[in-house]
This record gives sequence, C-alpha cells and structure tokens, in this order.
Amino acid sequence: MVQLSDIVVLLPEINLLIFACAILVVDTFTQDPARRITYLLSQIALLVTIGLVFFLHTGASIYVFNGTFVSDPMSSALKAMIGIYGVVIFLYSFEYLNKQDWVKGEYFVLGLFAMLGMMVLISAASMITVYLGLELLSLSLYAMVAMQRDSASASEAAMKYFVLGALASGMLLYGISILYGITGTFQLQELNQQIQMHTGQNALLVFGMIFVIVGIAFKLGAVPFHMWVPDVYEGAPTAVTLFVSSVPKIAAFAMAIRLLVNGLEPLMQDWQLILIILAVVSMAIGNITAIAQTNIKRMLAYSTIAHIGFLLLGIIAGSHLGYAASMFYVITYALMSMGAFGIIIFLSQKNFESDNLDDIKGLSDRNPWFAFIMLILMFSLSGVPPFLGFWAKWFVLKELIASGYVWVAAAAVFFSIIGAYYYLRIVKLMYFDKPERPVLAGASAQMQVVLSLNGIALLVIGMFPGLLMALCLSALL
Amino acid sequence: MVELVVFYFFGAVLVISASMVVTIRNPVFAALFLVLCFFSSAAIWLLMQAEFLAIALVLVYVGAVMVLFLFVVMMLDINIARIREGFVRFLPFGVIVALLMLIAISLIVGSGYFEMKMPAAPASAVSGYSNTTELGKALFSNYLYPFEVAGVILLVAIIAAISLTMRKPRSSKAQQPSLQVKVKKGERLKVLHVKAEPKQDQGG
Repeated sequence: MVQLSDIVVLLPEINLLIFACAILVVDTFTQDPARRITYLLSQIALLVTIGLVFFLHTGASIYVFNGTFVSDPMSSALKAMIGIYGVVIFLYSFEYLNKQDWVKGEYFVLGLFAMLGMMVLISAASMITVYLGLELLSLSLYAMVAMQRDSASASEAAMKYFVLGALASGMLLYGISILYGITGTFQLQELNQQIQMHTGQNALLVFGMIFVIVGIAFKLGAVPFHMWVPDVYEGAPTAVTLFVSSVPKIAAFAMAIRLLVNGLEPLMQDWQLILIILAVVSMAIGNITAIAQTNIKRMLAYSTIAHIGFLLLGIIAGSHLGYAASMFYVITYALMSMGAFGIIIFLSQKNFESDNLDDIKGLSDRNPWFAFIMLILMFSLSGVPPFLGFWAKWFVLKELIASGYVWVAAAAVFFSIIGAYYYLRIVKLMYFDKPERPVLAGASAQMQVVLSLNGIALLVIGMFPGLLMALCLSALL
Repeated sequence: MVELVVFYFFGAVLVISASMVVTIRNPVFAALFLVLCFFSSAAIWLLMQAEFLAIALVLVYVGAVMVLFLFVVMMLDINIARIREGFVRFLPFGVIVALLMLIAISLIVGSGYFEMKMPAAPASAVSGYSNTTELGKALFSNYLYPFEVAGVILLVAIIAAISLTMRKPRSSKAQQPSLQVKVKKGERLKVLHVKAEPKQDQGG
C-alpha cells in the first residue's frame, strides 16, 4: 500500500511535474516574446529538483510504490547529473533560440517532461516503469525534434525518429511480455530471482531478452539500430540536437543497467555476446562513416554511435567495476557532447547554423579562446590524455581486459585511432586553415562563461579522475 | 459447450477481419474491419469475465478512436495507386525477410521450450466478484505510480499535438505593437524618383 513516506521518496519527480505544468500555464499567458520567465522558471525547477535529490539521498536502496520505484545511490547520482546538465543545456538552448528569434516555451516544457521521463527511467524497479519512463522521454523528444514545423529536414527527422522509435518500443514491449509470461513478474529483482530458478527455460528467456536488447540499443543508438541518429542530429534545430545527444544517453545507460544487470544478470553470458557484436560494429561503422561527413552535426552523430559502442564495453565487462566505468563514460560523453554542440551554438547566427566543417575554418584567428575550448573538446572526444575522455576510455578498457575480453579491447583501441582522424581534422581546420568568410561569432556573457567552464571542466576533472570515479563506484557498488 | 462455440465464432471473425484490415484496398473498409476486429476481441474478453476491459474497448476504441480515424480517412485524399507503387518492387525483399523471421521464430517456438500443454482453467470467480472493482483496486494501489506516469504521458501527447499543429489564427487583425516598434524606415517608406515635367494645363 502507498504510504506518506513513499511519496516523500518521490518528491524530486513530483516537484518537476508540478513545475512543468505550472510553467506550461505561465508560458501561455506571458506576453514576453523572449520568454524570459519561462526560461528562468525552468532553471529554478531544475535547481530545486537537484536540491531535493541531494536532500533525499540516503545511500540505501529504497523500494516504494509496491516495488515499481527504487531510490538507490545510482538513481540519486544520475538524477543529479541530469539536473546539472539540464541547467547547462537550457542555458545554451536559450542562447540559440534567442539568436534564431524562435523562442518557444514548449521547448522548455517538453524538455522538463523529457527529464521527468529520464528520472522515471533511472528509478525504474519494474519493467512497466521502464517502459513508461521510456515512452515519456521519447514522446517529448519526438515533439521537440518536430518543433521547427516549417523546416522540411526537421519534419523528416522527426518522422523517422517517431516511426523507428515506435517500432523499437513495440519490440521492447514484446520482450517484456515474453519475460512476464515466463516468470510472472514485472519487478526486476523478482525477475532476477525467478530466472535463477527457471534455468531450464534459458532459450525462451533469451528469446525475450533479445527484444529487450533491441529496445535498449535503439535508445542508445547502437548499430544496427542507429539509422535515426544522423538524420535527427542533422535535421533538428541545434538546441534540440544538443538535448537529444546528451542527457537521454545517461537515461539509456540507466535503462541498460536496470534491465540487463538488475533484471537479467543471470543471463549475462548470453547478453554479453550480443552486446559485443553491437559494440564492435558500432565502433567500426561510427568511426569510419564519420570521416566522410562534411556537416559537423552529422559527424558528431556518427561519433556518438562510436562512443555508444565504447560505453557498451563497460557493461560487457560484466563486473561492478565495469558498470562504474561505463557510468563514468556516459557522464563524460554527455559533458563533451554538450560542449561540442555549445560551440556550434556559439558560432551560429540568425538563419545560419554554422554546422559545416568549412564554417569552423580559421576559428583561432577570430576567437582564439573558444578555438582552444573546441580543441580541448576534440582532444577529449578522441581520447588524448590528460583530458577526461582519455580516462573514460582507460577505465572501460581496463575493466574489459580484467574480464578477459582482450580482443574486444584491441578492436576498441584500433577504431579509436581511426576516430582520432576526424576529431583532429577539426583542430587542423581551426588552427591551420584560413577562414572562408568573415563570420563574427558572439554570445551572451553567461553563455561564454558556462561554455568556457564546460571545456575547462574536461581538463580539470581529467587531472583528478579519481573523484568522479569514486562517485561512480559508490553509485554502483 | 456454448462458451466454446461462442469463442470459436468470435475467434474466427477476429482472424478474418484482422486479415481483411491488411489486405483490403479501400481504407474506409479497412477501418470498418478494424472496428469489427475490436468488437470481436471485446466479445472474447467478455467470455473471460473481463467485462470492464471489454466495455472500455468498445467505448474507447470503437466509439471514439475509430470514428475519429474514419473521419480522417474520409477527409484525406489518399491515392492508393501511389501507395502501392513500390509493392511489386519490394515484394521479393519483403518475402525473404519474412521467411527468415519465420524460420528464426519457428526454430525457437518449435524447439519444445514453449510448453504446449494447456494451462489449467482459472478457477471461476466467486459470486459477488467484480472485475471492475478488482481492476480499480489494482490500479490505485499496486500500480498507482505507473498509472500516474501514464497520465503524464497523455498530458505530454496533448502538449505535443497542440504545439505541433496550432497556428496563429489567420483572420486576426490585432495590432502587434512589438512588431510595429521594430519596423524600420526602409520597410515602409519608398522614395520614388519621378521626373519633373512642365505644367501642361495652363493655357494649354
């Protein structure tokens, strides 16, 4: 039965929901075309949510609402991360929307609802809540991608995303129904125990599990379920791409941990094999295809696919250290992705997205400081020490080798080296090429400060990776 | 005995109408067959003593969703010939994929992992048992949290639909002071250079 103490555990989500509904109403009545009040209230909503998450953090696993919701160290850590990144994303997005003269209150409202979906997904203790959280997240994202109604490419991207996403949801639901049919429970912990008892029906469980993995792989954007990623990244407005490329990956990581580790850990040997294929193919196709791209957003899309492959390696390691390395990776990746799209927003102007490789030529002449920030981001993405991206790769590879998958680790390093080419090409374009057209990039002071901090953070945390790793370990042990 | 006959009758109607939805050419008929499909599944649910679900299916899907769907189908000018253009071209590929999936699934289903023996019939309900009451109890106690999240999803669907389709009314003649203030001289004032000509009407 539901008690008052149950509701207290749920306070961060309840707070976010109330804020989102209130902002929706306020936004309808505000006369300000720049929607400043909507933006400020959205930031306050996120800050209050972060505060509540910290305040309610106990370090213990608490199951409430009849085992459908769990609050544990991992959920607190990831929710706080999503909140903090959300503040940065909204700041960058507000800058972009203002530059384009296209400030829409719905962007922030749908963004908050998407974050609510992520929090539901992160705290899911039952397959029903996994599914519902995923739907809440995806539905908001589809609408955000389609929000630029007059743009043909955004509509096309939204259509592809929606149709493929609905198909993937169906697959996930089919897998969940098979698992439920065999074990008779939705609760992930009980599922884990039931599977240990039903060892004779392994093939049947694996049959269901494959559909579940399809759902996870689609959400992460791993090959061969990556078809939506490049089109959505390129077609959507940069503010939306920034959103889609960062925080939902954290939620998708949580979804993978909840389903594969909390629920299906007894089937580890089976899902490891599938994930190895997904990871290696993702790294290969992502890194090699990215070389051929001329559009930065599309290039970063393929780079995402490659990074997702790397992220899966930590889960493949199959140990708590491996999961923690994976969590480290996804947190790092989201930070780098935010910075990279932040730079594109910084360079963009009204009716000019500045997302071609040619547009970034000679950036160091025009703006040496932000060229340097972009240099940090690109070095970090390609995994050059001492930046944070290097440590993310290092921890994942270390755990992978400790689990005995040396050849997978070798493949990962091989494809990372291929990937370094297109990251370093951007550095070359910025520093050694002459600008093709004199583009005056500019942004508000707060955008400049946060974007600088975003880049510097990669260097500073990269100097002390142990702190972040300790957080990840405490979240998953 | 009667139950079995009713089950097979509605089961047959369900299968036939479902395949008609996919195969029939006219989209209006397809929608109507979908209505029949829902109706017969509602009847089967009724047989299983799930009366609330059966009634909800008829009321919500047949009564509301499908009627709306029919409106949309009738309003849109759907060119079936164009939709079917790629049918023959993609047929071989589709057949190959379908065959592969059929083989893969039948390997698992036919391998004896699925127990084919009939599960025991559930005990028939005691008198005074109400499916609706039990469903309500489950939704508002054990499944309260998922139920509320589902409500939020519907809210997001409404917001998304409105934000994607609502355009400002075109007939509105209201002034927009913010735009009026921003207007530049060049947008309103056009300086024409007219050649000066001598007056003609005097003494002419």
